[in-house]
Amino acid sequence: MSSSVVSKPKVVAKSLRPPKPKVQHPKAVIAFIAPFGVLFALFYLVPIGYAIYQSLLVIEREGTFGQAREVFGGFAQYVLVFQNGPFWQSVGRVLMFGAVQVPIMLGLALLFALLLDSPLLKGKRFFRLAFFVPYAVPGVIAAIMWGFLYSPNLSPFTAVTEKIDFLSADLVLWAIANVVTWVFVGYNMLIIYSALLAIPTEIYEAARLDGAGQFRIAWSIKIPLVVPAITLTGIFSIIGTLQLLAEPQVFRSFSSAVTSTFTPNLTVYSTSSIPNFNLAAAFSVVLALATFVLSFAFLKFTQRKDDK
Amino acid sequence: MSTTITRQAPAEEPEKKSRKVKNGSRSEFQPRESALSRASAMIVMLIFTLYFLIPIWWLFIAGTKSSEQFTNTNPMWFADFNLFENIGNLVAYRDGVFFKWMLNSLAYAGGGALIATVIAAMCGYALAKYRFPGRELIFNTVLGGVLVPATALALPLFLIFSQVNLTNTFWAVFLPSLVSPFGVYLTRIFASASVPDELIEAARLDGAGEMRTFFTVAVKLMFPSLVTVFLFQFVAIWNNFFLPLVMLRDEVLFPVTLGLYGWNSQVNQIPELRGYVLIGALLSIIPLIIIFLLLQRFWRNGLGAGSVK
Repeated sequence: MSSSVVSKPKVVAKSLRPPKPKVQHPKAVIAFIAPFGVLFALFYLVPIGYAIYQSLLVIEREGTFGQAREVFGGFAQYVLVFQNGPFWQSVGRVLMFGAVQVPIMLGLALLFALLLDSPLLKGKRFFRLAFFVPYAVPGVIAAIMWGFLYSPNLSPFTAVTEKIDFLSADLVLWAIANVVTWVFVGYNMLIIYSALLAIPTEIYEAARLDGAGQFRIAWSIKIPLVVPAITLTGIFSIIGTLQLLAEPQVFRSFSSAVTSTFTPNLTVYSTSSIPNFNLAAAFSVVLALATFVLSFAFLKFTQRKDDK
Repeated sequence: MSTTITRQAPAEEPEKKSRKVKNGSRSEFQPRESALSRASAMIVMLIFTLYFLIPIWWLFIAGTKSSEQFTNTNPMWFADFNLFENIGNLVAYRDGVFFKWMLNSLAYAGGGALIATVIAAMCGYALAKYRFPGRELIFNTVLGGVLVPATALALPLFLIFSQVNLTNTFWAVFLPSLVSPFGVYLTRIFASASVPDELIEAARLDGAGEMRTFFTVAVKLMFPSLVTVFLFQFVAIWNNFFLPLVMLRDEVLFPVTLGLYGWNSQVNQIPELRGYVLIGALLSIIPLIIIFLLLQRFWRNGLGAGSVK
């Protein structure tokens, strides 16, 4: 960052525009930005750089029992990543998870937000709070709780769980999807609801004069106006899905169907516990890049739709 | 709540004027909502209220029961009320390690979120209120940081902390929690929206320094939104699992999530832990619920700010 601070004024000086006025209060600016800047560099930029560096190393031994040394190995770890079947299976699994769970969760959140914003409901304060409460339950705790609820013998709904095994290999992914949905619907609902509250009411009046009802107003006016809020919740949901870790990790003690490579992050964790930090770092880098690309693509996609 | 009431009032007026448009066949075009749509809206909301609250109700009931009654009484209703006895047992178990975990979580999340909010606010305020070269670059880097998932950082952070022998310490979890790129993004928006330049100029004329202006004038104006940032970060740290899982070995340093996770994965070997996991899970969600209730008026309005462009 410091290099740009030095280099930018030169560019300005070369251009034909009059020189920019001198920076006012430079000391204050540095004092304001430095605490965050230093910590951001130490705990965001350095780890990212370090992960990339680690992912480019390989362990080399002299003979079978020789001393292990880390040497530069180019993209050797990345070749291993791309050849790793379980990792790509786990990526496919979370993508399938996201393709089903995120639309359901955001669809419900949008529906509840619209209902809260419509004159159809009474007791809005209660509903808003009741739906938001699960967000106060940490992912680990929510997973432990639902683990009991799914259990064939301990569940309060044994009539159901004795017949349907939610913890079986076929269903456990969707059992986890339900936990994530349960925790986050209310949170996403509130984000969309606050965006709805920000819309000035005059906009609806003309529509009402034309005889439009609540459904029509919601569909043609409200939803298009809260697209930015839905985009935001969508991006956070995509990131959360690809990073899925706590819930499946907890479910490993309830269900043997959840393997140590069930999600990409579990793969990273179990690879680092071997320990094989170089390969784990390469997994992390690929995963972070995939997350970045997907959320960026989603952002571009929704913005393009906006422009039309 | 006041906003919703005032918003509905103007909507009533056009209804009267447009009565003549009433069209029986298309209920959604009726100006006054039909009883049918009201009823179905209520039914949908009530069904989902059950979905959201029943698990917590069950956890509460389970927490009030002795371990014998947990399996052979109605799981959705009280048996003998053993809540305080259960809590007592939990606190006594292994020299009160659960209590220690709760305090750890409060220290990680409370202290971390407080400092994170202050430094994010300083940075966001500077990005909003001063012109200086590199400003956009810094903001875009921070924005990129929002998209970098915290879990992707946990492993490299572990490797770095082990280089300086800081793994398995309080600082290994606390220090990385102080950084909130999303907080900078939000406070920049809040500072532009709620701190008028004229006010800063006036404070300067009065001879206040830049820092002093920030802490006396700007912080007051930004306060409701700072509470939102604090809340976001508090929840993020309280719920964080991967970082402590990777960093900590010594159980006296565990946050409550990691501690209960550890107990839960031993339930098959040590069945008595099941009761402790249940009552511990119940107790662990109470602080966040209290904070949400206390700070309700802040998060209700502040949450949407991130999506306003």
